[in-house]
Amino acid sequence: MKRLQKIFEWLDQRLKIGAAVREAMYHRVPRSSGSWFYVFGSSAFLLLLLQVVTGILLALVYVPSASQAWNSLQVLNHDITLGWYLRAVHGWGSNFMVALVLIHMMQVFLFGAYKYPREFNWVTGVFLLLFTLGMAFTGQVLRFDQDAYWGLGIGASITGRVPLIGAPLVHLLLGGPIIASDTLSRFFDLHVFIIPALLLGLVGIHLLMVLKLGINEWPMPGRLVRRETYLKEYEDLVQRDGVPFVPDAIWKDMVFGAMILGSVLVCAAVFGPFGPRGVPDPTIIQAAPRPDFFFLWIFALLALLPPYMETPLILIGPIVVIALLLLVPFLSGEGEKSWRRRPVSVLTVLVVAVTLGALTRFGQEAPWSPVMNGWSGLPVPAQYLKGRSALQRQGAIVFQEKQCRNCHSLGGEGGKRGPALDSVATRLTPDELIRQVLQGGGNMPAYGHNLSPAEVTALVSFLDTLHPPGVRPARDFAEKGLPLLDTGHPAKH
Amino acid sequence: MTENVSRRAALLKLGVLLNALVAVILAIPVVGYLFSAVERKHRYTGWVSLGPLAEFPAGQTRLAKFTNPQRRPWDGKTADIPCWVRNIDTQTFQVFAINCTHLGCPVRWFPQSQLFMCPCHGGVYYADGARAAGPPPRGLFQYRYRIQKGQLMIKAGELPTLATCGAIEPIGEKS
Repeated sequence: MKRLQKIFEWLDQRLKIGAAVREAMYHRVPRSSGSWFYVFGSSAFLLLLLQVVTGILLALVYVPSASQAWNSLQVLNHDITLGWYLRAVHGWGSNFMVALVLIHMMQVFLFGAYKYPREFNWVTGVFLLLFTLGMAFTGQVLRFDQDAYWGLGIGASITGRVPLIGAPLVHLLLGGPIIASDTLSRFFDLHVFIIPALLLGLVGIHLLMVLKLGINEWPMPGRLVRRETYLKEYEDLVQRDGVPFVPDAIWKDMVFGAMILGSVLVCAAVFGPFGPRGVPDPTIIQAAPRPDFFFLWIFALLALLPPYMETPLILIGPIVVIALLLLVPFLSGEGEKSWRRRPVSVLTVLVVAVTLGALTRFGQEAPWSPVMNGWSGLPVPAQYLKGRSALQRQGAIVFQEKQCRNCHSLGGEGGKRGPALDSVATRLTPDELIRQVLQGGGNMPAYGHNLSPAEVTALVSFLDTLHPPGVRPARDFAEKGLPLLDTGHPAKH
Repeated sequence: MTENVSRRAALLKLGVLLNALVAVILAIPVVGYLFSAVERKHRYTGWVSLGPLAEFPAGQTRLAKFTNPQRRPWDGKTADIPCWVRNIDTQTFQVFAINCTHLGCPVRWFPQSQLFMCPCHGGVYYADGARAAGPPPRGLFQYRYRIQKGQLMIKAGELPTLATCGAIEPIGEKS
């Protein structure tokens, strides 16, 4: 033991870092901050280190070329010992890291930790969030499969909407005229060199500020932050009721961090690596690209926005959101810290969480995406064919053959782009059905040029049978002598 | 003493100035290299063949593909670009880009209903490429074409977006 200490002393006389390390380890933190709520940031950092290590290991095999990237991932998945597992750890590590950064941010926001004098902890934190999302997005591109290829197409299409300088921006994004090798290389550059360097550098500054300014104390309702008095109050608190960071506070960080890393390892072992899915061959057009989990909400937003709002919102929206996030500590740098006395903040978090959650859920469901093989793959439910006349059955065939099913469901199966048609006859009269088929409207194309009059007649006579038994189909007021119950109708049987 | 200080300050300024000068000189190749991807004078587009006319029967719309005029040897399959060829009456053609004008997903042709459909957000186009329904802001992007020695040629070379469709003619909306 004595000898070990001698070696350390010999080293420290030359390295001169012992004092700084000791200061960092034993600096006093408020006893209340040694809480299970204060462990998310350190775990996010731990995950960053995990990503660096697994990323370096994956780069031993991965080839960042458009022709070989996908193949090299297959080799990693199938040929290299435990290559699949390292890919899985890297993929799940990424998901956990995004989640923890978001949770950390929410906690910091609700505990008022961004207020004076910690404004720049928040500002650097916002950039750390952006860089983390940047890593998740560029990582998804490096998985260079069909989703990545068409995802880049979506990125280019959004970029192409920038007024005036759209074209040069698209070329800069893609590194050339099309999505190809130079595109992958620049995303490799971003994912492996540029963003990690920014992330690690900024994390260093972020941590140094936590160390120098002190960790946020547990917010007490009614204890207000004032610029004139806060520093002294914090100093008094740390002296009066402080504990050394090591070991009093750090053990919780360590326990939670180990649990998180363990969860990543378990998820990776149980669920395995992400993709790669289809080969990135643009001539295979049977592709329905989907973004990764944390970008599903953007996918949903792009589908649900009215077209006239789309371009302004996707170009200006991100700037406004980032500006608002950066402004948070300067708009409310003082005052109440406790979430118990900040109803607007709590509501904001709830609204944002519910919005993102709902959009993500929609994104998973993607009801706006037509079922491209609905017309050929899904049968018309048998009860919708029973007792129908020859003309009505002919209409059922037209309905199936003309891809109506890609957007409209019957019996719960089919596209959800348009309304389900199981009871369409109760909503539209035959005349209205004809008009809708011929002229389209809303999100439906006009079929006027694509159906013969005979096909329209057959189709509408089939659609007019689609109503629950005992419910009268819609009719014009002008039609006389309508029975209250459509007793003679086949759908009744 | 004061003379010394001002002398050192001047030397420091000299040091800063020299470094700034070197930084500016270095920035020229760096910026030039980085921005080399930006197209100048339509060098990206050129005429490519989609194959003999016989491959595109009259009255039909078929998938064709071409190799992008500008490519790298290590591009692999990504240099192969698909497009839709519509032969209207053996003499007149329409060649549509595969990319939906909304967000660039690959549109698919359905001959039964004579519609193009996009799998991403449900954009729909008519047989002549005009926007039919859904979020697309305009009709399909269309390549210029010409017939040369029995081959269908198109002018192509870059991913079409709302900004980069220089070689691509807009088509009217169908009201």
